Amino acid sequence: MEPFERYRPIIDDFDAFLAACERPLGNAARINTIKGSVERTLEALDEEGVAYEQADWNPRVVRLETDSPGSTWTSFHGLTHGQEEVSAVPPVVLDPQPGERVWDSCAAPGGKATQLAALMDDRGTVVANDNNLGRISALRFNAERLGATSLAVTNADARTYSLKRFPFDEFDRALVDAPCSCEGTIRKNPDALDNWNEGHISSVSGIQKGILRRAVQATREGGTVVYSTCTFAPEENEAVVQHALENEACRVVDFDLGLKHSSGLSEWDDETFDDSLERAARIYPHQNDTGGFFVAKLEVTAE
Amino acid sequence: MSDNDGQRFDRLPETDTERTVEGRASRKEVIDYFEDRFGIPPETFADYTFWEKGAGKIWIYAGEAPTPIEIEAIGMTCLRTRQEHWKPTTDFVQRFGQFATDCVIELEREQARAFAAGEDQDLEWWDGDWGYLIAAHELAGDLEPLGIGLYVHGELRSMVPKGRQRDI
Ligand SMILES: C[S@@+](CC[C@H](N)C(=O)[O-])C[C@H]1O[C@@H](n2cnc3c(N)ncnc32)[C@H](O)[C@@H]1O
Repeated sequence: MEPFERYRPIIDDFDAFLAACERPLGNAARINTIKGSVERTLEALDEEGVAYEQADWNPRVVRLETDSPGSTWTSFHGLTHGQEEVSAVPPVVLDPQPGERVWDSCAAPGGKATQLAALMDDRGTVVANDNNLGRISALRFNAERLGATSLAVTNADARTYSLKRFPFDEFDRALVDAPCSCEGTIRKNPDALDNWNEGHISSVSGIQKGILRRAVQATREGGTVVYSTCTFAPEENEAVVQHALENEACRVVDFDLGLKHSSGLSEWDDETFDDSLERAARIYPHQNDTGGFFVAKLEVTAE
Repeated sequence: MSDNDGQRFDRLPETDTERTVEGRASRKEVIDYFEDRFGIPPETFADYTFWEKGAGKIWIYAGEAPTPIEIEAIGMTCLRTRQEHWKPTTDFVQRFGQFATDCVIELEREQARAFAAGEDQDLEWWDGDWGYLIAAHELAGDLEPLGIGLYVHGELRSMVPKGRQRDI
């Protein structure tokens, strides 16, 4: 937990934060409405005797009380998908609509891409991209298991992504669920901090900036881009969005979030960020007993 | 007629007469097959397109794409053609099988469990067609498709792919 000391000044109730990071995380799942309604899936869980608690902020998210969430009927039928509670936040903030063209720039293994498809009633086009071919096979497996027919899967570097292969030249919305230092997954992966160092943070933030800029460019004026990570490091969060604000036509906008969270930072170390970054959300593990996440919502503006 | 190119996705021709690639199924044949074999109403597929990549593998897609297109995946695999008996995929059956009325074999809970685990089982009581069947079981008040099975000589063979098999 040593690396987290740097966040002491920015996290309220830092001791509660550290204590939460020490506790393992329970099993959460998302109800896949492509395959069945929320009511029916809950009934199937009841029938199987799997106890659950529905999340207040999202009826499609359940906390499961079972040691083998993968060996249930609901999972076999693709009615549920194991997905961390906070990881279901970015697609909800992006709010894609049926029939739209949506880009998931860093999509593997597909938890959020299939959630986007479900939010669109599996109608429209979700371009699910990842640069890692091995992870794409997991993405394809999940997409088929969950019955997502609106996904087109591509394997490319998101920073230089070309839409040439599609019959449209911009997206309505884009999600950048960026590769990151994963500090917020400490409860699931206790060794998440093993290779932590500032050098890694600075190199991954370069990649994040490149992907977010490309996402803004590839989205139509008036369209929405959501940037998210599962890490706390401001270099990978506010600083990345700040870079997009300075270099692309976009602004940070407000959004509602039914989970407890803190606002984004307007400064870190010697750097100051645009005030609008306070509209971003930092979700800490002790606030809702989840993993950690950062989410910012951007609107693409005129040049 | 040209040969099938296994590297890219090509949209299926509407009918036989528009076919330009040797041996390629048409959209009409695919939809007819699902209706003739399983009683799935053709309207079910009104908003979907069908694609071939690799010899005989058919994909079903709801989004926009030009043909041909070279990407990793387009929608989901639904059917294996270019063989005597066409074979739907388990994932397709789980997604669209609720619209089927024919060749659906209803299993008891224990039989469903064996099926999900990939086991073959003797089910002499089935008096319907032989060949590929949709196996289903009762779940939360409705029939829920489990996957595709092959029924021959009194035996139902689970075709659930290895990676999808579960001990429930
Ligand atoms: C946090 S994970 C995405 C998780 C995914 N959104 C989900 O919900 O299942 C980040 C992904 O970004 C991919 N990635 C890393 N660098 C990339 C790049 N330059 N272009 C595209 N994808 C990249 C990684 O392979 C990894 O799968």
